[in-house]
Amino acid sequence: MTAAENIAENVDVLDEEAEIEQEVEVKNEFLTFFLAKEEYGVDILRVQEIRGWESVTRIPNTPLYVKGVMNLRGAIVPVVDLRDRFGLENAELTNTTVVVVLRVIVNESEKIVGIVVDGVSGVIEAAVSEVARSPEFGGDIKTEFISGLVNQNDVMVMLLDVEKLLASECMSLEAETSDS
Amino acid sequence: MSIDMAQFHQVFFEESFEGLETMESGLLNLDKGDVDEEEINSIFRAAHSIKGGSGTFGFTNVAEFTHIMETLLDEMRDGRRTITDESLEALLHSVDCLRDMLSAVRDDTEVDEEKVASSRKELEVILSEETAASEPSGSPATSESVEVSSVEAEVAAKQLGWHIVFTPHANLLQTGNDVVRILRELDELGTLAAEADFDNLPNFDALDAENLYISWDLKLTGDITIEQLDDVFLWVDGDCDLAIMPIMDKTPVVAATTTESAPAEAEKTPEVEAAVEAPKPAAKKAAPKKSAAKKPAASASSIRVGIDKVDDLINMVGELVITQSMLGMLGEDFDMSRVDKLVDGLAQLERHTRELQESVMQIRMLPISFTFSRFPRLVHDLSSKMGKKIEFKMSGENTEVDKTVMEKIGDPLVHLVRNSCDHGIEMPEDRLATGKEEHGTVELEAYHKGGNIVIEIRDDGKGLDASKLLEKGIEKGLVTPGQKLSDSQIYDLIFMPGFSTAAAITDVSGRGVGMDVVRKNIQALGGVVEITSELGVGTTITIRLPLTLAILDGQTVAVGDEVYIIPLMSIIESIQVDPSMINLVAGKGETFKLRNEYLPIVRLYETFGVPSVSLNELTEGLLVVVEGDGRKCGLFVDDLLGQQQVVIKSLEANYRRMEGVSGATILGDGSVALIIDIPSLMRLANKH
Amino acid sequence: MASILAVDDSASMRQMVSFTLKGAGYDVTEAVDGVEALEMAKQGPVNLVITDVNMPNMDGISLIRELRKLPDYKFIPILMLTTESGSEKKQEGRSAGATGWIVKPFNPEQLLATIKKVLG
Repeated sequence: MTAAENIAENVDVLDEEAEIEQEVEVKNEFLTFFLAKEEYGVDILRVQEIRGWESVTRIPNTPLYVKGVMNLRGAIVPVVDLRDRFGLENAELTNTTVVVVLRVIVNESEKIVGIVVDGVSGVIEAAVSEVARSPEFGGDIKTEFISGLVNQNDVMVMLLDVEKLLASECMSLEAETSDS
Repeated sequence: MSIDMAQFHQVFFEESFEGLETMESGLLNLDKGDVDEEEINSIFRAAHSIKGGSGTFGFTNVAEFTHIMETLLDEMRDGRRTITDESLEALLHSVDCLRDMLSAVRDDTEVDEEKVASSRKELEVILSEETAASEPSGSPATSESVEVSSVEAEVAAKQLGWHIVFTPHANLLQTGNDVVRILRELDELGTLAAEADFDNLPNFDALDAENLYISWDLKLTGDITIEQLDDVFLWVDGDCDLAIMPIMDKTPVVAATTTESAPAEAEKTPEVEAAVEAPKPAAKKAAPKKSAAKKPAASASSIRVGIDKVDDLINMVGELVITQSMLGMLGEDFDMSRVDKLVDGLAQLERHTRELQESVMQIRMLPISFTFSRFPRLVHDLSSKMGKKIEFKMSGENTEVDKTVMEKIGDPLVHLVRNSCDHGIEMPEDRLATGKEEHGTVELEAYHKGGNIVIEIRDDGKGLDASKLLEKGIEKGLVTPGQKLSDSQIYDLIFMPGFSTAAAITDVSGRGVGMDVVRKNIQALGGVVEITSELGVGTTITIRLPLTLAILDGQTVAVGDEVYIIPLMSIIESIQVDPSMINLVAGKGETFKLRNEYLPIVRLYETFGVPSVSLNELTEGLLVVVEGDGRKCGLFVDDLLGQQQVVIKSLEANYRRMEGVSGATILGDGSVALIIDIPSLMRLANKH
Repeated sequence: MASILAVDDSASMRQMVSFTLKGAGYDVTEAVDGVEALEMAKQGPVNLVITDVNMPNMDGISLIRELRKLPDYKFIPILMLTTESGSEKKQEGRSAGATGWIVKPFNPEQLLATIKKVLG
């Protein structure tokens, strides 16, 4: 083996290593779903399960977007309708309507919360470099809960910061009660 | 074989703290001058067990301290010492001190040596006074051990072994001792030559198989000490004649002593002492291990079942309850041909469910005496501090209650008992002046009633002055002048934040914070508190608590197409209203008249904003008369659906607290129903 | 293996004794006082009884006296656990029919040595 060949092979190895490293470091997976024709994504690590829609029990004196609570194998789990939350067109419940059950950390304790979506579309991978900072939507309520945008086959997917979205949900309401 | 003694420490601490409670309450009972022999015995036993355990587990300072207490108690028990106020006081102090010492050992913290020394001194002073016939058993006989070594020294010279004449008494076997065992043990010590002497053997017809007739002439050679021999014969001393003589080199055996082994007796005592001393090094060895295993012991609660396990079981039972009601629903619209079987099966399932539920719940139930036991001491200390004469009575200490309920009810009870002593009971001279007995009485009683535990705190003190309370309520702006309030509503003012009746702030009853907290804590347990009082005669405070926090007896009600659960405990009755009962008070909303009382009506569909209202005529639905916080109201619902036990699930676990609702449960069809919190609902209704 | 009935009102002592003996391969039954011990003893003989002296309901001395009345327990070794270093309690125990005693405090090794001495 000549010195040149030797070097070439080494370079090859280096390239391979670099590639692997890059993949491990920056590719994140997101579960994507539709809300009133717009596509959103959540960090797949936050998703516990996806369930078909079933009726929930309304909780009195809560905002309309809190659909109510459901029985998740003996636990009482709140269900939030993001279409109402974001002031989107209030779609009817269809046979693709599902509840995405998420685990979020609120006040250092894990809470389980369901979100109603119009249908799950799939899973996408996005490297950090592919995520664009979210532009201002001009006072749109959802802006503060969107952590970034990904262009997926010319479709824009809005990545939700579920922690912030749902934590603020439970916490702001908590603060509200203690005030009263 | 090496055994880690630290594994027994937790149990030792638990039983020792229980023993201290026994001692404390026993000492307080003796205080009343009723010298019950069994009472002293149980105090003594508690001290004795702590001493034994602490010695065994290597807590020497605790063992030594307890020994002094035990000595004093022993003298009291035997009637050698009369029981005086001073000695009881000293013993009570030593109980406190011992508690500190044990906590210090358990938590690996420093003990207040000064306090220990002063308590110890207090006991020793009493022990030294007019000491009864007994010599102080506090100091082990060191002088005797000195004697032993001198005896040993004499014997040691050129000794080859021992000549032993062992004549068992006829009844030696009846203590479970065995000559063969003794011979075997001797054989293990050295070389044994045994000769049996059958001279005393009676004729065969006079022979009793249970008796011994043979004596033994034994020659034991080897390097053996007299202690080793004594050890072998220790248990048969008195049941045999024993002569032990050294076999000296070349010297013929000299018959030193015979019968009853008098010298052996004298030398025996040190052996016993040696046994007492022996474990100390072993105990010290165990010490470093102990600190590692200590932390969990400190935090563990005294129920002797792992709480996680218990909670799991309760959840399981909850599921079972759900399954049962689910099957119940299934049966209702089932094929008629199979209904009979289904019903039979259901009856069985229901029974099993109930049994399992009961036995499982039982694990968490503890007698309320765990909480009550601190009160005799509290009242004792309070009354001497305030110069009042108070007799304290307790009953129903064995009433069982859920552990969580018990843990949380302690502080409110302390507050209430203190209040009774401080505000309720008058000074002795005031009592005499009003023609009462000099001694006031505070009673604490617990009993079960329905599915609840009821705790009453009664005093025969001065009672509450409703007019003064009302005045104060007006002054504080809690009541509008001219407002008509019933006595019980006036008494309820005491539970308002910032309302204090103490003329002067004392360090006994707080500063007007407290009663509102007391009620809050009781409510947090799903309980209610009520006051009844008669001026000049006394006050009774009644606390009603659920037996457990996990399962609740509920009434399911329908409102529109929604279902809610009302705790059965809050429901007084359900009535169908007649239009003539209903009043519309200007600005106050709707009320209805129920036996001379005007109660507000809360329309549940309004308060809860139920979207699908089917009924809004009061006469078409039902009024559920409920009570909470001492207030009553009529809850307007569409219909009553049924009563059932429901498993309480938290809304907060994944969401947050909601006004008007204490939690949720899962119904037989798997759907969720909310459980109404009556006091909170009434506050919510007021806002609307 | 030999069966032993261990009687003590103190749970920690009972656990320690029972744990030690079980560890040495004995078959151990526990009782919290004399009354319970007597009940258990009547259900079938054991090879050895170890009992505390100071106990509620029925103390160790009375237990020994009662046991000796049972035909099955006439010659069974009975050891008492005692803290009294004076001979008074021991004599009382002896005249009630105790075989011997173990002086508290003791450690597991001492306990086993004594048991071995009796049971061989």
